[in-house]
Amino acid sequence: MLESIFIIFMFQLIGEATQKYFALPVPGPVIGLVLMLVCLLLTRRTGVPLVADCRNRLVTTSQQLLGYLSLLFVPIGVGVIMHLQLLEAQLARIIGVIMIGTILTMVFTAFIFLKAGGGERDE
Amino acid sequence: MNEATKLYQVWVYLQAEPLFWLTLTIGAYLLANRLYQASGLFPLVNPVAVSILFVSACLMTFGVEYERYFEGAKFIHFLLGPTTVALAIPIYLNWAIILKTRRAILMSVSLGSLFAIGITFAMAHLLQLDPVTVKSLLPRNVTAPIAMGISEIIGGVPSLTAIITIVTGIVGAALGTFVLDLFKIRDMAARGFAFGLASHGIGTARAMSRDSQAGVFAAVAMGLSGIITAAIIPLAFIILRDFQGSAG
Repeated sequence: MLESIFIIFMFQLIGEATQKYFALPVPGPVIGLVLMLVCLLLTRRTGVPLVADCRNRLVTTSQQLLGYLSLLFVPIGVGVIMHLQLLEAQLARIIGVIMIGTILTMVFTAFIFLKAGGGERDE
Repeated sequence: MNEATKLYQVWVYLQAEPLFWLTLTIGAYLLANRLYQASGLFPLVNPVAVSILFVSACLMTFGVEYERYFEGAKFIHFLLGPTTVALAIPIYLNWAIILKTRRAILMSVSLGSLFAIGITFAMAHLLQLDPVTVKSLLPRNVTAPIAMGISEIIGGVPSLTAIITIVTGIVGAALGTFVLDLFKIRDMAARGFAFGLASHGIGTARAMSRDSQAGVFAAVAMGLSGIITAAIIPLAFIILRDFQGSAG
């Protein structure tokens, strides 16, 4: 567990450092995600016991973390409720844009995905 | 000293402790999750929304400021970064199937992101929202840290964008199932992809709770749309500014 936490933190740190250094508009953790994915894909055929062991631990820990993904939005969400007055007079219209925009975006995206052949995967 | 005063003193001590708010947040979430399971994963009983409402109600009842609450809740908030990095794992484990559907993924992530920005812009204009609010709304479908970064670059208000982003996530997670059922979209990958693109992490969490394949495609859509949107919106603003500059 500690090994995999260390690896994940390392990738986030490298991501944050890269973001700061190149002043990228993409957040550090997303860069960390991409870098970790690239490393995993590059080493996927390696049979070295240490690498394989780290990979297995990483899979277990990450899946445990992702199991609690929705919990992690609660602290910012509470801030949203406590600061709702920021939206003031425009609240109803903003909610309108969000509701209709989100629904239409979902339907449009799913249709394009299927039209482009995403439904034929023969697993 | 009577019982009531003693109890009051214990409360004064506890509510100043980060541990109290951390425990309350975890407890509220466990409770909300029980409710969600008991409702048969009914989307309107979204565990994020229920825990947020429960914790907010507690804070308002006892007149506790958000900053004090966040002293405890920040330990949970901190995990958002590492968990974002951990999203590499489901993508890695499903790499073969992602490669197989790369055409559909690339087309729907680019067209979907453009559509999300376009529809938001059009509707915000139609409803005559002020320009700063429009800018704060534009990146609303991508994960909060990316959206706030974009908002800052184009002259929106990042904290306003954070609020809008969270509301977008909850709306997508709560309504997505009904909407996709209504349009008879049954393919799990297409459904997950729509959740991840339109309502980022909160939508992804909802997709993951229903179906592992939907969860994977949601994670892919969320990551890619975040990167693409972070490139499109600031670029569009630079081009528009140059265009207006040369016209004027």
